[in-house]
This record gives sequence, C-alpha cells and structure tokens, in this order.
Amino acid sequence: MMESFRHDVIVVGGGGAGLRAAIAAVEADPKVTVALVSKVYPMRSHTVSAEGGAAAYVEGKGDSLEKHAYDTVKGSDFLAAQDSVDYFVEQAPLELTRLEHWGCPWSRNDDGTVATRPFGGMAVPRTWFAADKVGFHMLHSLFQHSLRFDRIVRYDEHFVTKLLVDDGAVKGVAALDIRSGAMRMFQGRAVILATGGAGKCFPFTTNGNIKTGDGMSLAYRAGVGLKDMEFVQYHPTGLPGTGILITEASRGEGGYVLNAEGERFLVTRDYGVGQKAELGPRDMISRAEILEIEAGRGIKGPYGEFVQLDLRHLGEAKIMAKLPFVRELSKIYAGVDPVHEPIPIRPVLHYMMGGVDTDVRGATPLPGLYAAGEVACVSMNGANRLGSNSLTECLVFGARAGREAVAYGRGASDGQEARLRAAAEEEGARIDALRGRKRGSEKIAALRSEMQTAMESGCGVYRKQESMQQAVSDLARIKSRYDDIALEDASKVFNTEILAALELGAMLDVAQAIAVSAAHRTESRGAHACRDFPQRNDRDFLYHSMVFHEESGPRLDKKSVTITRFQPEERKY
Amino acid sequence: MAPETGEMRKRTFVVTRFDPDKDQVPKTQTYEVACRPDWKVLDALNHIKDEIDPTLSHRWSCRMAVCGSCGMNVNGEPKLTCKTQLADYGEVVEVEPLANFPIVRDLVIEMDGFMEKFKSVKPWVIVAKEKAAEEGPNRQSPEELSAFKQFSMCINCMLCYAACPVVAKEPHFLGPAAIALGHRYNMDSRDEGAAERNEVFRGEGTVFHCSYANECTEVCPKNVDPAAAINQAKLNAVVDWAASFVVKRNG
Repeated sequence: MMESFRHDVIVVGGGGAGLRAAIAAVEADPKVTVALVSKVYPMRSHTVSAEGGAAAYVEGKGDSLEKHAYDTVKGSDFLAAQDSVDYFVEQAPLELTRLEHWGCPWSRNDDGTVATRPFGGMAVPRTWFAADKVGFHMLHSLFQHSLRFDRIVRYDEHFVTKLLVDDGAVKGVAALDIRSGAMRMFQGRAVILATGGAGKCFPFTTNGNIKTGDGMSLAYRAGVGLKDMEFVQYHPTGLPGTGILITEASRGEGGYVLNAEGERFLVTRDYGVGQKAELGPRDMISRAEILEIEAGRGIKGPYGEFVQLDLRHLGEAKIMAKLPFVRELSKIYAGVDPVHEPIPIRPVLHYMMGGVDTDVRGATPLPGLYAAGEVACVSMNGANRLGSNSLTECLVFGARAGREAVAYGRGASDGQEARLRAAAEEEGARIDALRGRKRGSEKIAALRSEMQTAMESGCGVYRKQESMQQAVSDLARIKSRYDDIALEDASKVFNTEILAALELGAMLDVAQAIAVSAAHRTESRGAHACRDFPQRNDRDFLYHSMVFHEESGPRLDKKSVTITRFQPEERKY
Repeated sequence: MAPETGEMRKRTFVVTRFDPDKDQVPKTQTYEVACRPDWKVLDALNHIKDEIDPTLSHRWSCRMAVCGSCGMNVNGEPKLTCKTQLADYGEVVEVEPLANFPIVRDLVIEMDGFMEKFKSVKPWVIVAKEKAAEEGPNRQSPEELSAFKQFSMCINCMLCYAACPVVAKEPHFLGPAAIALGHRYNMDSRDEGAAERNEVFRGEGTVFHCSYANECTEVCPKNVDPAAAINQAKLNAVVDWAASFVVKRNG
C-alpha cells in the first residue's frame, strides 16, 4: 500500500516563495504543520542563482510607495493588476526587513543602514543587495531560519506529479520519492505551488536545469488557467554559450553596454530608454542589442554574435566590493577578467511574467490551490518585470499565500481519503508504466531539444506571426511524439531518466501555452514584441491572456486587467 | 576572447556506476566523449546522459557554481564539476561520487547525515526578544558584516567533507561546513545565541576533533576558509566555557 502523509498545508517547492510560505503558515497558527515537498534540497533551488537585488521602499532616499508602484506598472506596460502592485510595494519593506532580522547579510552603508543600488526602470535606488549574490543569501537565510520550526516537515527530493482533487477542491498531491522510486500520497487541506519558472523550455536561458515548469503544468492539468504566458523576459546580459547570468547590478553600478565599435548605443541611438541609458528596462535593452547585431554592429563568436558589457572604468576595488561574483563567473565561463576586458553578452531567456492565475491573495480559482513566486501570475509584472522585483515578490506573495492557505484550511474538509488514495494509486500506476518503458521510438533529449528550438525561433526577443504559428504547429507535433518516448532505465533508485521524462511533459504543456498565447496577441506590449504589429493596441488587447487545458489542445480565453490609479499611457523613458 | 575557439578533443571518462538493487559494490563504466575545449566536467556528464547513456544518474542544476549540487570526486579530488575545466585534465578523467558519503546511486551521494549536522549547530539568528518588522532593520556596520561574511558564503556543496581526513575516519565528526556555519552566526552582531552554539561545539565529535589538516580550506570552491572558522570557533568555545565558569563561581 502506498505510504501517505497528512499535513495541514502542502507546499510544493523549497525556494524563496516556498520557504517563505511554509514559515508564514506555521507562524499563522501554532497547531499547523506544513509538508515542504521539493524535487531538490531547498538550498539547491533556483532562487540561489539570483544576483542583483531585491526592491523595496527605503526611508529618506526620495522614494515613496507610490513611486515604486508607478515604476512597476509602467515597467509592466500597463498590464499589471494594480491591486497586486499596491499590496506588493506596501509589504516589500516589511518582508526585506524580516529577512534582515533572520540573518540575511545585506550590504551596508557606513552608518550601518541597509545599502541600496540603482536598477533598471526604477526611478530611485531602492534595490537592497548582498554584494551580487542576493538570491543565494536570501535562500540560505530563509532555509536556515526555516530549520527552527519542527512543524515544517521536509520531504526533500520528492517530485510532485499530480494534484489530488476531490469534490471540486484540492486535497493533496501525489509525489515520486526520487531516492526510493516509490510513489507517496500527501493529504492536506490546501496546496501552495512554489515551483518557480520554466526557462528550460528554451535552449538559451539563465535558468538552472530544474526550471521545467512543473507547477504550471500541475495547475494547468487540474483545470486552472495559465495567464499572460506570452510574456517571457529576455535578460540583456547573458554569457554566450552557457547563458549564465551577468547581473543587471553591473549596469546599476555604472557598467556600459557597447557594440563592436565600442559605442554606447543606448546613449547614442534612440531605443526608447531615454536618459536611463543602461538603466532602461530589460525588454527595451534586449531589443536594442538584437537591432545592433542585425545592423552589423555585433561581434562574431563561436556561439553566435554578441555585444559587450564594459566594467573596466569601475576599477578593481569597486568590482571586488560590489560585483565579485560577476568577476568570478566571467573568468570561469567566458575566459575574460572584467577588470581588464569587456564581457561578451547577449539577450538570454530569464523569467516568466506569466504563470498560474492567482488573485492578490495568491489564491487560484480552484479552491484549496495557491501559488506564489515565478510559477504564479499574480499580475504584478504584467508584460515586463522590473529587475529586483521578483525576489521581493517571492517573499511578499509567498507569505500571503501561506497565511491564506491556513485560513482557508480552517473552514475546509479533509477530503474523502478512499477517493484520494484511489487517485494517487492510479497516478502511481501511470508512473510505474512509464519507468523503463522500452516500447516507443522517441528520445527524451532529442524531443527536448526540438521543443527548445521551436521556442527560440517562435518566441524570441522579436516575434513574427508566421514564426509564432510555426512554433504552435511544431509543438503540437512534438507533443504527439512525446506519447511515444522510449525509456531505458528501469531501476527504481534515483532514476533521473523518468524525472527527465516527466519534466519534459510539463515543459511541453508550458511551451504550448506560451506559443499559443503569443501567436494570438497581434500587438506589441512589454516583452512581447511583434515585428508585424509594432504598436501597443489598448483598444483590442488591454487584457490578460488565459490558456486552459483541453484534451483537444490549449484553449484561449481572456481576463480583464485591474486598473486603479495609473491609467495607461505611452511607455517612454 | 573566450577559449572555446579551439579543437574538439576526445577524452575517456571512467565513471562510477552503482544501482543498489543490482550491485553489491560500485563498479566503473567507461565512456568516450568528444569534448569542446571550453567544457567543464559537468558538460561531459550531461553529454553522456543525453547522447550515450540515459541510465547514468548525477545531480546538477545551476551550472554556475552556486547551487552546490554537482560536487564529485574528479581524479580523486573533490570538485564542483560545473566549474572544473576539462582543459586542466589529461585524456582520462575519473569521476566518482564525493568521498566519505554513502552512495545512493551512481554519482549521487546520501546527505542525510550532513543535513543533521547542519541543523545541529542552530544555524539561525537567536535573540532574547524578537523584533517586529515594523521596528525596521538592525544597524550593522560594514566591519561587523565583514566579521562573518566570508563564513556565510558556503554553498553546502560538501567538498570539504569529502576532503576531510577526520570525517574519513570518524563519520560522526560535525565537519567543516557545519562548524563554519555555526561560527558564522556566532560572529554575527545581530545574534545572541553563541552560548548555545558553543555548548554544541564543546560536545563530542565537534571542533576539538579537527586535526588541522587544512584540506577543507584547500578544496573549498567559494573561499569560505572553514579551517579558519574551526580554529576561531575552538578558541571561542574555550573562552566562553572559561567565562561561564568564572561567572558561576562568582555568582
């Protein structure tokens, strides 16, 4: 019989949002226990790779909550839900302060106050930082703090494969224990998805290997809509070849972006960033880089053409104090020392603005299901996220989802155990049938690579109707071939082949949702830049795209945008 | 420019294989791989997994030396495989699971013991009275920050455990990373929990078992210098013990 566990709240994912949700849940009620179910040990979560900082209002710097809200809404190209943005900016300083109390080693001013740095699209320096390893320090501070709570029970290296729904509400999950290969059932009155993004749908990404859209697929398969999926962010400074992130803080600290001729094209040419130059928002700078390369002002390299990030004028002392990780990464993965040479860079897939549809409480339309962090679309980022808003988002909405899940659980039932068990057993049988399944002729790695190629050519920095349509049909074909994959590894213990197969299944769901949403939006807004439709079109497209799972394929729908105090205007810097 | 412009080079990888359901003891398997000149050891393992043998299991994620997943022994030395350049190696490269840990499968080690040690040092801020967020952040000078910052850079990759001669003989030794972590909180101006942690440090199998081999510091991929942390922690634990003795006598 399948082993089962019961907790009040089940958190899926142990990164920034999941850990914060788990801590909030046990703090909300002294009797609540939380299952923290993650496919990796929490400190391996991809939050660890975030570098530049976390945004929040700081007193005495000429900032205000309203300014942070306006920057965020403008950065979103007016597709952000303004109720979510208001809640975010108000909670942001409290959340970053909590993290300070919990030991996060924020960099300091001489007087001992927390230091801040400028960031793209932000009117004032409001980005808190711990040198250039902010995600790493936030994640480790959160994880270490979470160890205080015995009521947070970790199930490390468990891969959730299905949400268990009973009587119209989520009542648990089925998960594969990676180490033993056994399926397990987790019962709980509420489930919080905090599995992060899906960068591995693309071939060239800053994202780690684990970012495969698992939570988005879980919700989608349970009937919850994925919102605004066409809006994927390309970060302007990735290392060619590997896609390793060079933080935006490099520009925040004064770095220049140069073309092959050594020209600061963000200053000398009109790319819409105005006086902000290198501190323009990510979508605009990524586009500028592509246009420079297309105009013949890129530099040819073994991994395609690139432009350059020049930090030399900052000097070794500043680079070592503020950007030591950038120097380390450049040396190891690009073979250049930024103290003496410019860093080769190009736009790289970085972040999903879209995700599982939630309201400002982190609640999805499916009772008992919550989501927070990159997996979710609480709509605070709209069509383009500002750098340093997402780490704070993990905390603000992770905490909110944790509290809301506990409150919801008080009035909810446990679900009918026999029915849940039957559903979990059925899921276990599906996984068992997949393990080492020899019949079939398709290879996981080959299909994954074809999917990634389709996504890059259809949903890149610049898009065309024709190429997006091509991606939609390519993905449909790849998905039907996925049903015919062959697996060679029949063993139970730490079988990473079956994991790769399940992750590919999730990515195909997410990739399809991205491509279908993108192809339908015949306008340009934020990160969605269509060559055939270069203008924003508020009359026809000022709405959130929604994609629902149907047996016949993805079904599109729309949802209205919450606009309160900031009316849409032309987005110019 | 980057060194990736050179020729592909054929290398032989001798990799540990172990499936506890089939094998009594670990064995090795050999793979021939044509490697790009800029590849790291991890790139070759991923190539093997994707193109040659999908049954090979190894852990990895960030491939930028910060998540700590991909530690393995490479030609006998503990390494983060995502930052270990193949260019620094000859034609034959041996990849084994991290030494001094039980093997779960192939290159995957069991880390339960490490996680327990990690938690045992109480790696969180301990204060007599917790502050509300509304009270704002603590002040901490850049000097106070630098007193512990280096010890907060540990990515929990566990290379130091694979290198430590004491861990090899006494698996229950608290070990470099856990001691450095406890010491990190002891050195943090915001923390008031040093007495509790020093109690842990004075227990069986902790700081005083260190034999000054310094291997931990030599293999650390993040320059945490756990050996320095252990030495400082040792001294503090003694001073703290002596001080408590004086207080007791006087009190």
